Amino acid sequence: MTDRRDTRKIVEAGLARRRRKELLFQGVGVVATAVGIVFLLVFFASLLAKGTSAFSQTFIQLDVEIAEADLMLDGEIDLQYADFDGMARAALRKQFPEVSGRNERRELYRLLSIGAGYQLRDLVAAQPDVIGTTQTLWVPASANVDMLIKGNIDPQTEEALRPISDLQIEWIATLQDTGRLEKHFNRALFTNGDSREPELAGIKGAVMGSFYMLVVTVLLSFPIGVAAAIYLEEFAPRNRWSDLIEVNINNLAAVPSIVFGLLGLAVFINYVALPRSAPLVGGLVLTLMTLPVIIIASRAAIKSVPPSIREAALGLGASRMQVVFHHVMPLALPGMLTGTIIGMSRALGESAPLLMIGMVAFIVDVPAGFTDPATALPIQIYLWADSPERAFAERTSAAIIVLLGFLLIMNLSAVILRKKMERKW
Amino acid sequence: MTEVTTDDTQAEATDDIVPVSPRDALPQRSKPVGGAVEQLTEINGGTVGEVRCENPFIVTEGVDVYYGNNHAIRNVTLEIGTGEVIALIGPSGCGKSTYLRCLNRMNDSIDSARVTGKITLDGQDIYSKDLDPVALRARVGMVFQKPNPFPKSIYDNVAYGPRIHGLAADKAELDEVVYTSLERAGLWKEVKDRLEEPGTGLSGGQQQRLCIARTIAVNPEVILMDEPCSALDPIATARIEDLIDELSEDYAIVIVTHSMQQAARVSRRVAYFHLGLLIEVDETDKIFTNPQHKLTEDYITGRIG
Repeated sequence: MTDRRDTRKIVEAGLARRRRKELLFQGVGVVATAVGIVFLLVFFASLLAKGTSAFSQTFIQLDVEIAEADLMLDGEIDLQYADFDGMARAALRKQFPEVSGRNERRELYRLLSIGAGYQLRDLVAAQPDVIGTTQTLWVPASANVDMLIKGNIDPQTEEALRPISDLQIEWIATLQDTGRLEKHFNRALFTNGDSREPELAGIKGAVMGSFYMLVVTVLLSFPIGVAAAIYLEEFAPRNRWSDLIEVNINNLAAVPSIVFGLLGLAVFINYVALPRSAPLVGGLVLTLMTLPVIIIASRAAIKSVPPSIREAALGLGASRMQVVFHHVMPLALPGMLTGTIIGMSRALGESAPLLMIGMVAFIVDVPAGFTDPATALPIQIYLWADSPERAFAERTSAAIIVLLGFLLIMNLSAVILRKKMERKW
Repeated sequence: MTEVTTDDTQAEATDDIVPVSPRDALPQRSKPVGGAVEQLTEINGGTVGEVRCENPFIVTEGVDVYYGNNHAIRNVTLEIGTGEVIALIGPSGCGKSTYLRCLNRMNDSIDSARVTGKITLDGQDIYSKDLDPVALRARVGMVFQKPNPFPKSIYDNVAYGPRIHGLAADKAELDEVVYTSLERAGLWKEVKDRLEEPGTGLSGGQQQRLCIARTIAVNPEVILMDEPCSALDPIATARIEDLIDELSEDYAIVIVTHSMQQAARVSRRVAYFHLGLLIEVDETDKIFTNPQHKLTEDYITGRIG
């Protein structure tokens, strides 16, 4: 036994060292947090810098004369084969009467996107009374014009090395001066499916594909996962089998997602013969992937319900089923839903398993159902990142921003849901 | 004297030494053993005092409970009469709560628990295959050590039992049951204006009375109480004890308690448990003034426990 005065001395002598250690630990923590935040900021900044320009798009104003004679084919109006491109080109040519010669004219036409013709056709189809009038319209410019306007093509580089000629630059300047060339909000990005033309490419197809997939996933994985968790926690006997099941569920949660894709390919497509590239199959594969996550989260939520509540209900003569559905479920639901939403956001961001089941195809049409060919948002990002056109780069970033936006909304709703339900005890 | 501790590991270790009959385990006695006592112990398999009673409602014959390999209570025979309050006392880990939980089959929810012997409620074997524990628990209510109201409104707490058993035909009848139960539990005046507020918002004593109200709302025949006042202050405890007094007119009450004063105040009979054995049962006065067994005497005089 040391003398009391000695004890005090020893403790005081060690104090400085203890404080130093604590400060050091705090310092390391602050640095680690700062590094994380800096990386996050750099990531968001670069994403926004690259991606926001894709939300606007260059348009050219044309006075298009929609003559009935131009729409006639074999004596009747034929919207399918009428030369709407020609109408748009004629309107552009009228603004540059000095342009002559085949080559020059062809160069002039390249300022327009082929979307201009589609837009005219859609207009005539929707409002037949425009036939025989002259309409002033904003039609999309080609991707190269757009890139020049956004500064992604440097007009100072040698003419042969850039996709846009000196003559075209001159015309663009003229259009700008007369107020006939402007940047507008890029609606096509949200209303179109994929396209080979960057200015017409949109994410709607991918968003709808992801949506149908998540619908399948949530409808299957939530009830199955919660039911499995309740059975394992509340009803299953504790023995070697339940231990084995528990270990394997945890293992399943750690299986690389591409393996689930292979399983989906082998079982759902090759054996059950479901259509490939379909959101239905994607949803099934993502269900397999999400199930362990939901089961683990739900079991944790059920475990955290105090046993005294179960005892109280059992003591009153509630059956085990009533105990679960009247008392355990309401208290565990926030945790279960949080687990489900986190599983869903993981599923939304997943691309590897979808590659295996053919959802990596180039699909122009927006899917209208669970068995239509479709891609998903992360796959669309992958496809665009792979495209050589300069204009797809900004669209890639824009699609990433949209994907992150969805993920943010989902995670936020998980937090809000939990807070709200917890308050409701 | 043989050293007696309440420590579980010690209890395990002395397993071999402690024979089934506690009398043999402790040969030195301060009290002379009379012929009458000798006879009684012969009849009831080792327990001193009077295990039988006049109007037996719950009868346990040779009950053993095992948790896995742990022999928690041994060969307990005890009768509990209609409308009597019986207190189970004894040091921690002596098996009194285990015994209590046998009476409404709450031990069923523990996977490793195994109950042997015979327990009858009003002549009916409660461990028989045809008896659903749900039906049993509607007849044998339970109040727990820690107040455990449901995280629902006060009204829903009390109405829960009648609802799941379908005891009330309509809303008016249910209201009546809730009112009567809260009134009987002495809680009505305090909560009548806040029936829709959460039961968890009440004070500890109020919560425990809410739990009692919830139990009597099902109109059971027996109420089991597992140390109902151990988490409460003396004032709240006094209220619960008064309540037990009032309820004893209509219900058989089995109460586990660590407080000998409480046992003395509320019960008509007292059963003393020790290391899983029922040592002595008798009228409360007799136990506290003239215990027959050395262990009982040691416990109530504070030498063990």
